[in-house]
Amino acid sequence: MSAQRAVSGAALIVLVAAAVAFPVIFSSPVVTNYAVYALIFVAVVSAWNVFSGFSGYISLGHAVFFGSGAYAVGIAAKDWHITGTGVFALLPLAAAVGAVIAVPFGLIALRVRRHTFIVITIAIFFIFQLMAYNLNSFTGGTIGMSAPFLPWSPTTFNDRFYYITLACAAGAVVMAVLIRRSRFGLQLRAIRDDEDRARGLGVRTMRVKMTALVLSAAVAGLVGGVWFLYLTQVLPNTGFDPLFDLALVLMAFLGGLGTISGPIIGALIIEPGQLYLTIKYTNGYASEILLGALFLLIVLFMPRGLVPTFGEWVRRARTRGRPVVPPPASQRAAPPSGLRSEEPATSDEGRRGLKAARRRAGRAT
Amino acid sequence: MAHQIYQAIVDGILVGGVYALMAVGLTLIFGVLDIINIAQGVLVVLGAYLSYELSTRLHMDLFLGLLITVPAMFVIGVVIQWAFIRRLRGRERTSMTLLVTYAVALIIEGILYEIYGPNVKQLNASYVQSSVHIFGFYLPYIYLYGFALAVAVIVAIYALLYRTRFGRSVRATMQDETAARLIGVDVNRVAAITFGVGVAVTAAGGMMFGATNSFNPNSGYDLISRLLAIIILGGLGSIGGALAASVFMLTVESLVTIWSPEWAIVVFYAALVVVLVIRPTGFFGRQPVRAQ
Repeated sequence: MSAQRAVSGAALIVLVAAAVAFPVIFSSPVVTNYAVYALIFVAVVSAWNVFSGFSGYISLGHAVFFGSGAYAVGIAAKDWHITGTGVFALLPLAAAVGAVIAVPFGLIALRVRRHTFIVITIAIFFIFQLMAYNLNSFTGGTIGMSAPFLPWSPTTFNDRFYYITLACAAGAVVMAVLIRRSRFGLQLRAIRDDEDRARGLGVRTMRVKMTALVLSAAVAGLVGGVWFLYLTQVLPNTGFDPLFDLALVLMAFLGGLGTISGPIIGALIIEPGQLYLTIKYTNGYASEILLGALFLLIVLFMPRGLVPTFGEWVRRARTRGRPVVPPPASQRAAPPSGLRSEEPATSDEGRRGLKAARRRAGRAT
Repeated sequence: MAHQIYQAIVDGILVGGVYALMAVGLTLIFGVLDIINIAQGVLVVLGAYLSYELSTRLHMDLFLGLLITVPAMFVIGVVIQWAFIRRLRGRERTSMTLLVTYAVALIIEGILYEIYGPNVKQLNASYVQSSVHIFGFYLPYIYLYGFALAVAVIVAIYALLYRTRFGRSVRATMQDETAARLIGVDVNRVAAITFGVGVAVTAAGGMMFGATNSFNPNSGYDLISRLLAIIILGGLGSIGGALAASVFMLTVESLVTIWSPEWAIVVFYAALVVVLVIRPTGFFGRQPVRAQ
């Protein structure tokens, strides 16, 4: 085990070194631009995962926090006449705005579950987008907000933002790791598996969900602020972008919902891919069809995401073909699903009926 | 002013009928399959384009064209369900179906863009432009016909659900899928046909939408979020609730438009939030939404 730890520790060091050295090796601003966007999404999707991945409440409204963070920096810089690199002092404000908005957001949306929760987050999202359009004097309406000019030369601009976003991404990932390992993370996952049972066992579900949402929103707000300074502009339909929300969900699902590395890998694959396709097919229609087809392939053939699926393969290789999952006969004798923390890994024909029955049983408890 | 308010209420009710036509399919699919079909918005747009093709190429009447578009959309719905949705099982099914139907929406939207491009289109017929003047209200014919169509469709779906053997198996599946399977209901067939019916209804909704709005392949997004708000407000799975919520929401929006058109859509979503704070299951919700 200690050898394994040493290997993974070494891998981590190599990874960090590679991430730090990246802009030195690939100095082209085109490449670093891809990297900055990818890191922005690594940070946001990790934060999203802390709430939605761990608790099972799929939020399609994180653009609310992201966009509000961006607008907070823009409005504060304009009203308080902050120029130059001083704007970076406003980033804690962006995080605070995200966190403060998360409180009423959570008080409304967390009263309901599953589909209704998802739709409520969409509704709140649209309210925010429309407010950004309509509160002209405050948000600049359709013209949006522009960031103050940063006195950095164009050659180092992307590199500097690369390290800023790298720090954000690293911070978000560390937060996700710490939460996942903590008692708090365990409580979140208990809510995901069976909220009523978790409450019965003494988890203060509302408080736990709310804390996770606020933490997640704070990071999303902060990164929104950074994104705004990088792009130097925010419009109602870019700050509050419905595709942003869906991109987060897709990244998390591609990589593996609720895992640490899954959403990161998802973000690193999807965001550069999407950017590349949009730049290549400027009219955007072919990229849309391709993206949709990719979606379908992932969900239909790798429904648990890359990381759990590959983890499974590795385990299978290690156990040399002996089944990791107990054979169906013992499955049937196993205790009901509520006591189980994970669904069985395979989805062969024979188990489907059983799974459906379990789903029903889970709902009836 | 008073007259303006009455006119707004009448408008809201009539437009609500059009939205009910689009929302009924969504709520029916939810009730039986327990999924949210994000593609419903773009399927409405697809229905509008089908009607557009029939009316421009074959010069077919819009309502007559429904005899072709409704079965066509039914087949499309059954194929989508059979090819993609049927396969999804397990704990993350809720969010998985969301992603799958979103992917379907993206693909359909992309194909529509490839064929028609981003320019807006509108369906046209003699009764689209003209209106009748009754009791001092201007009532466009298309909305009157559309409202009648909405009521007819809802009555037909009720008849299907409560007066036929198939409807009984649909309701059994809605109540408890496993129990329905045990007593011999072919749940997969019920799911496929229900999805087909839910999508077929959008052909009518799409025709009405296309006749009362200008549309392009992108129109589906705005539409789906409104439809979701409507069916949540009406109570997921409740068909009468979808009609009531459509009329309520569109009347509210139409009233607010008198004072401020920009804020009308915000009120639309705010109404949803307010109602759900007071009553989390919506107007006609069957039961509190359970844990996942």
